[in-house]
Amino acid sequence: MGAIVDLNHPAHTVHWHFFQMTVANVVLLAVTLVLFLLALALPLGRLAARGRSPRPLTYACGTAALAALVVLLLSGMILSLKGPAWWHYAGVGRFFNSIHLWAVELLFLFMTINLAGQFFTAAWRHGGKRVWITGALGFLVAIPAALTGYLSQQSFDSQWLATQARAGFNAIGAGAFFNVTNFGQMYSFHMLILPLAVALLVTWHVLLLRRHGLVPPLQSRASV
Amino acid sequence: MNAQPSGTPPVQAVGSADGGGGFVKELAVAVAVVAQLAIVLAVLFSSPEEKQSTIQQWSRQDPVGFLRTALLELGGTSETAEYGPPYNHQGDGQHAAFLHPQRWLGVSQPIDTANDFVIGPLRTIPDATLQAEVSEYLGVGSGLKTDGIESTETALLKAPVAGDRSVYMKPGEYENVDNMMRALLRLAQSGGVDGYLLTGHGYYQTDYTKPLLFMADGRVLEERAHAEHLPQRQWAMMNETGSYPGLPWLWPYAFWYQIEPFRSSENADLLVWLVMAVLSLAFVCLPLIPGLRSIPRLIPVHRVIRRD
Repeated sequence: MGAIVDLNHPAHTVHWHFFQMTVANVVLLAVTLVLFLLALALPLGRLAARGRSPRPLTYACGTAALAALVVLLLSGMILSLKGPAWWHYAGVGRFFNSIHLWAVELLFLFMTINLAGQFFTAAWRHGGKRVWITGALGFLVAIPAALTGYLSQQSFDSQWLATQARAGFNAIGAGAFFNVTNFGQMYSFHMLILPLAVALLVTWHVLLLRRHGLVPPLQSRASV
Repeated sequence: MNAQPSGTPPVQAVGSADGGGGFVKELAVAVAVVAQLAIVLAVLFSSPEEKQSTIQQWSRQDPVGFLRTALLELGGTSETAEYGPPYNHQGDGQHAAFLHPQRWLGVSQPIDTANDFVIGPLRTIPDATLQAEVSEYLGVGSGLKTDGIESTETALLKAPVAGDRSVYMKPGEYENVDNMMRALLRLAQSGGVDGYLLTGHGYYQTDYTKPLLFMADGRVLEERAHAEHLPQRQWAMMNETGSYPGLPWLWPYAFWYQIEPFRSSENADLLVWLVMAVLSLAFVCLPLIPGLRSIPRLIPVHRVIRRD
C-alpha cells in the first residue's frame, strides 16, 4: 500500500555542535514535549465535569499508552499470521506493518508523557512505590521489545541496526547469548518473550494502580 | 515524608469503585482512538521499505572492494578476524577497570574468517583444478600465504573491472590466491556466497551473522548508511531509513557516544552501557533514593498541572 506522503527518501538532519539527529526524530521529540506541556496545562473538560476523577491529562496518557500497547499486540498478531516476510510483498501486510510501526511510536510517545507526569507529581508517594517501579520496568523492557522488532524487519534498516547494536551487546558480554545479527533469535524474542514481559509488567502496573489509586496533588497537605 | 497524616485527602481510587467497568470503558475508548490514529498515520505515511544489501549485489557493484575484503578475511586481518569474543580469541574485547565481560562470556559464535568466508565457499565449487590450487595454497607456509595475499592486494590496486564485472589481474607470483579470488568473485556474483554463509549449518537457517559481518568488514553497510544519512555520528541507533522517525527514545543512550570521554574511548560501548545501567537502576528505584525522590518538589512543575 503506497503512502499519501512519501517518506522513503534520504533523511534531512538537524546539526548543532555534537548534536545530530534526523528531522523526523526531532519532530517526534518536539511533539512529545508539546503534548506534555499541553497535558499539564489543559483543562479536563467533560472528564472532570463528571466529578469522577480530577486527574491530570498526563494520567490519561497512561491509558493511551495502554491502548497503544493493545493496538501493537493486535497488529503484531495479524502480522504473525502470514510470517515475517508477508509485509514485503503484500499491500495488506504492508498496511498492518505500518499500523504496527506507528503504534510503537505512539506507545513510546504516550509512555514518555505519562512517565514525565508521574515524575513531576512524585507519584510514588503514599504507597505508590511499586506502581512507579513496575511502570519504569515496563518502559525499560519495552525498549528491547521495540529494538528486536526493528531488527526483525528484514530490510536494510535491520542490517544496519544489527551491525551497530552488536558492538554494545558484545561489549557487555550479552552478545554471547543475545545475538542481534541472528534474525531468528531476534524474531523469537520479539514475538514472545519481550512482549509477554511488557504485557505482564503493564498488567501488574495497572492492577497496583487500581489498588493504590492516584496520589493527591503534591502541594496538598497529604504530601507534606 | 511519605506518611499520610490523618485528615488529609485520601489516595484516590482508580475505577475500583465501579468494579472495573469504568476502567474497561475508558480503555475501550482509548483503544478506538489510538487505533484510528495509527491507521491515519499508516495511510498517510505507510512504513519504510529499503531492500536489504546482499553479498551478491556488493560483489557486482564493487568487485574490487569485495575482493580486497575477501583478502583481509583470508589473511585474518579484517575487523571480524581480529574482533575477539564472541567470534574468536584474537582480541580481549572491551574492558573497564577490572571488568572484562566480553572476555568472560567467551566465544559463543566461533568464526574463522579465512575458512568460513573464503576457503569454505571455494570448497563448494566442483572444479578439480581450483580444488587442487586451494589445497596447494593451504599446504604452503604462512610466509608464502602472506606473500600471495599481499601480491594480490597490490595487483588489485590497478586491476580493471570488465563489463561482465570480472577483475583482471596481471600474471605474477600469487601462490594461487589470484585464481582463488577470481573463483570466489564468480561464486559471490552468482549468489553462492550468500547461500553458503547462511546455510553453513543446515538447510533451515535464520542466522545472518556471517554474511552481515562479511559485509560490515567491507564497509558496504556503512557506505549505504552514509548515503541514507545514518552514520554513527548522527546517533545511528536512533534512526530509521528514509525520513521516518526511528527510535528517538534511545537518545539518552546515544547521547553519551557524542561526548568525551566516551567519544574517543576504545571501550565506549562498555562505558556507555555501565552509565546506562546505573541511570536505569536509579530510574527504577527512584522512590527509594533519598534526594532524587525529592526532585519533583524542587522543580515546581507540579504547580501548573491542571486538575480542574
